[in-house]
Amino acid sequence: MFTRIMVPVDLTHIDRLQKALRCAADLAKLYSLPVIYVGVTTALPGKLAHTPEEYTDLLAAFSAEQGADEGIETGFHAILSHDPAVELDPALIRAAAELQADLIVMASHIPNLMDYVWPSNGGTIASHAKASVFVVRV
Amino acid sequence: MTDETQGIPEPEGPVELIDTEYEIGQDNVEGSVGPFGFDIHNPVFVISGLTIVIFVFYALVFREQATEAFGALRPWLTSTFNWFFLGSANIFVIFCLLLIVTPWGSVRLGGRDATPDYTYAGWFAMLFAAGMGIGLMFFGVLEPVYHMAISEPLGVPSPFAEDGTIIEENVEAAKRMGLAATIYHWGLHPWAIYAVVALALALFSFNKGLPLTIRSAFYPIFGERVWGWTGHIIDTLAVFATLFGLATSLGFGAQQANAGLEHVFGLPNNVEVQVVLITLITAVALVSVLRGLDGGVKVLSEINMVLAALLLLFVLLVGPTLLILSDFVAGLVTYAQDLVALSYPLNREDTGYMNGWTAFYWAWWISWSPFVGMFIARVSRGRTVREFVICVLIIPSLVCVLWMAVFGGVAIDQVLSDPANSAVKAQVIDSYNPPISLFAMLEGLPLAGITSTLGIVLVIVFFVTSSDSGSLVIDTITAGGKVDAPVPQRVFWCTFEGAVAIVLLLGGGLSALQAMVISTGLPFTVVLLLMCVAIGKGLASEPR
Repeated sequence: MFTRIMVPVDLTHIDRLQKALRCAADLAKLYSLPVIYVGVTTALPGKLAHTPEEYTDLLAAFSAEQGADEGIETGFHAILSHDPAVELDPALIRAAAELQADLIVMASHIPNLMDYVWPSNGGTIASHAKASVFVVRV
Repeated sequence: MTDETQGIPEPEGPVELIDTEYEIGQDNVEGSVGPFGFDIHNPVFVISGLTIVIFVFYALVFREQATEAFGALRPWLTSTFNWFFLGSANIFVIFCLLLIVTPWGSVRLGGRDATPDYTYAGWFAMLFAAGMGIGLMFFGVLEPVYHMAISEPLGVPSPFAEDGTIIEENVEAAKRMGLAATIYHWGLHPWAIYAVVALALALFSFNKGLPLTIRSAFYPIFGERVWGWTGHIIDTLAVFATLFGLATSLGFGAQQANAGLEHVFGLPNNVEVQVVLITLITAVALVSVLRGLDGGVKVLSEINMVLAALLLLFVLLVGPTLLILSDFVAGLVTYAQDLVALSYPLNREDTGYMNGWTAFYWAWWISWSPFVGMFIARVSRGRTVREFVICVLIIPSLVCVLWMAVFGGVAIDQVLSDPANSAVKAQVIDSYNPPISLFAMLEGLPLAGITSTLGIVLVIVFFVTSSDSGSLVIDTITAGGKVDAPVPQRVFWCTFEGAVAIVLLLGGGLSALQAMVISTGLPFTVVLLLMCVAIGKGLASEPR
């Protein structure tokens, strides 16, 4: 049914992603699909990593750990963005196309009033990505 | 599969990261107010916000007292510390020139194998728009004419006798000095100031792994103490200077744009129109802020560059082209010849020029340097130090020289060839009316309606770019160097800046607070001198 699952991850908030990660892993096992974990970073030092290289290493380690824990085939893809706070959605949509992922599994935030003014990441990606999108409520 | 999907393909090469216990964001407070998420540095965000509110309140309630106190502060600073400002600026220029020729110049920002984030065109456009775009619009005509006729730099006499007749033998020297004295204020020195700050920030973030805030540049000097109150004070001062610098120039900019609109379209010149202008500029800046660095500031900067180039080309071609080009060369030669005399800090006779203009400008550029420097740093990853300094110092200086030669050259020509009918003479020499000077010059050329409109558009878009990039910078500093803090925070700073401008415009106090911003130039000069030491230490430990 699908060929590849893409899971956007925010490595600083892994705790909020548990449900989405679980869903992605279960789907991967059910259909024997590889999962690619996609993370966005900047060239500037951040909380987790000082350089893009360090970030990529962290993402690689995360992906390997998920693979080993769940017994699934995993990969990772780090995106370098100049301004991740606003460029996140288009960057993820582009990544899905580049990686030829046809299913995106991602965590949502708790819906609030601001969603009328400010589109949510999940909502935007669901509307614009070519792939199917499974938004998992936190 | 991991190899083919890895998104950051090239290794960035070895860098000498600073080994600190500090974790970026460790002092941050995350949470949400209603639907708005936030991620702010404690205590920099709160202290900066509160001090700004307190000062606005002070300027409004004790308006006369504030105007008097800060109004006197500025001339006192520039006349007492003129030697310090001039001397320090010379040190920055020499320091930058040394970086170009020493082996340190080959260090690459972001690691030995890092590739530039932006193309030359996009990079230049952003350097320029943030650095001085708006100033060029306002001083391009005013300053050359003023220095030629009134301020008498280095004692070069005015071509006008007291009764307004032209003294022929003074004309040539005064014309050249008018341009050279202007070029001095817009050439190597201001860009060296920006280059020092930008280089320090870029080096300590991209190569040393410290957060992108002003305090990081002081790590080699203060060590771990930069994460404590020493750093809080440095960062707060930077936020303070940036926000007030932007808000007061936004207030004055609105008045100036309004004067232009009145001059060209006969629009009423009053506070209501100015409030509308500030609101409009802030609204466009908000859209740009929401579109991010690449979709907002970069695009606007590129639009600006094209529009400014069009205006420059028009004035160059329609004005007396050959005369302008020979003025350009003559001005440049005079600048080179008199650079040492102009920048000599001691025992000067021409104090009107030296204190009223030079020392004032240096304090002004220095108080803006945290903002411009941080913005330049953010977009400069992947350049070598040598490339960086050449591109931040030499090329913008040349562009400024050309701009001043074209706009100032045409204006000077208008003033001298037909003084009786020259609008520039009326607005700059006979009465001092800076906002109108550009439009007065354009009036003397064909298609004045179109070019003046273009001028007003440029002024407004330059303000939008400043407001936008300023909000990004303030947000980053108040988020402890994080560039991915929630978007509502930027919206907050951008709106806050517009609101402060409107409040000060309505209640008075713009000039008092602007004078105060300029006085932050004094402590920041010390900060910049220390930065030179820090850059030296940082570069020395970097693998080449």
